[in-house]
Amino acid sequence: MFCARLAKAAVTPPYEWREFVRQCDAIGAMSLPLVALAGAATGVVLSLETRDGMVRFGAKSLLPAIIVFSIIKESGPVITGLVVSGRAGAGIGAELGSMKVTEQIDAMEASAVDPYRYLAVTRVLACTLMLPLLTVAANFCGIFMGWVANTLWDPISLRLFLDSGFKEVAFSDYIPPILKTAVFGLIIGVVACFQGMRTKGGTEGVGRTATSSVVLASLFVILADVVLVRLILFIWPLS
Amino acid sequence: MSMETGDQQPPIEVRDLHKSFGAQTVLDGIGLEVRRGETLAVLGRSGTGKSVLLKLLIGLQAPDRGTIAIEGHDITASSLEELNEVRKKIGFLFQQAALYDSLNVEENVVFPMGRHSSMPVEKQRLRARQLLASVGMRQDLNKLPSEISGGMQKRVGLARALALDPEILLFDEPTAGLDPITAAEIADLIVGLKKQHRLTAIVVTHDIRGARTFADRIVLLNLGKIVAEGSFAELRKSKDKFVSQFLREGS
Repeated sequence: MFCARLAKAAVTPPYEWREFVRQCDAIGAMSLPLVALAGAATGVVLSLETRDGMVRFGAKSLLPAIIVFSIIKESGPVITGLVVSGRAGAGIGAELGSMKVTEQIDAMEASAVDPYRYLAVTRVLACTLMLPLLTVAANFCGIFMGWVANTLWDPISLRLFLDSGFKEVAFSDYIPPILKTAVFGLIIGVVACFQGMRTKGGTEGVGRTATSSVVLASLFVILADVVLVRLILFIWPLS
Repeated sequence: MSMETGDQQPPIEVRDLHKSFGAQTVLDGIGLEVRRGETLAVLGRSGTGKSVLLKLLIGLQAPDRGTIAIEGHDITASSLEELNEVRKKIGFLFQQAALYDSLNVEENVVFPMGRHSSMPVEKQRLRARQLLASVGMRQDLNKLPSEISGGMQKRVGLARALALDPEILLFDEPTAGLDPITAAEIADLIVGLKKQHRLTAIVVTHDIRGARTFADRIVLLNLGKIVAEGSFAELRKSKDKFVSQFLREGS
């Protein structure tokens, strides 16, 4: 029922462009520092942890490729999905929950404005559009900091690191995981809006909504990742 | 769905309205008519379903049984699109004003116009400022709702309720939580609006003194039923124990 009203509001005019842009800023631009930091930390940890194993097996030269592959195929998308689940999921859930318990959503309906169109569609679409862009940023920071961490032990130029890292990377390695995060964004937006718009029980209910939005969005992102990785492997089989 | 219409058609007509939440019956066969230009005050103890009645009248909740005709349209049998057309004719002032937190005072009033009016944006803003001035809000138009007092929020809520030039106004506790002076000012505003726009209004309130000021007729609810109906003077003559106790304690 919720998804049907959401889908109908998304494809029929009028469109709330101004609110959509505001949400892109709130969900995308405001999440950027956190996502970049999480991506950078992942790059450093991957570099430090993988290095030891690679040196033991005499495959140190493969380190750049392993860092790049690991980040663009899995770490970057999943870290971004989970970080945005936490930040935007809680934010959307609490905001809409608070609007629900203070009758602001009722006021919108009473003035013949569709809250699904104005509140839910704009946030769901903003999450869906922003997640891939944030993932690109997380990937960039992760790979760059992976190089920095690597260079501290074994100085290597950035160009050489990128050349050896991206040598074997194909279209099917890069684009599908980025697109996968659009589904993560859709999940985060739908879960948080659904939880927010059915909030009951005053401020306590708003707290419960914020928690359930984060927990359910994170859970569904992880489950969707399993399904989508299988789907990507089905569409673009490993060579 | 359109019912019989005509000049004599009451703008609000409610028949045999029932609403329960679980085992708790809130409204038990309410029937009332509000004539054009009339202000009806709905009084009653807390929890007797007064606010629920208003939410049923604007389609925010659905009744278990009964019909609600607004300007001849039975909203209990309408689609969402038909209901929204009816809602454009109704202004609603919520108990806590329910202003949009993320919009400033002026944007709150422009919000419904931006979605339902073909007026250019500048004219919408001009009309919003005029409406705000008419309810005594000439300053602080760029402030957020959280930065203004409860009385000012009620005024902004009233200006927003008038934004689409409605024929019917519904007030949910317009003077609740306000000091006596501000409450009296809001009551005077309702009287002024009534004269100025010839609006049909239903005011749910505990404020008997305010109801005397603005209401043409009063209905008293108890245990989900209308137990008394008439002018304040008529109700004062009632021999019913509940009615006389309610009016005596509230005055």
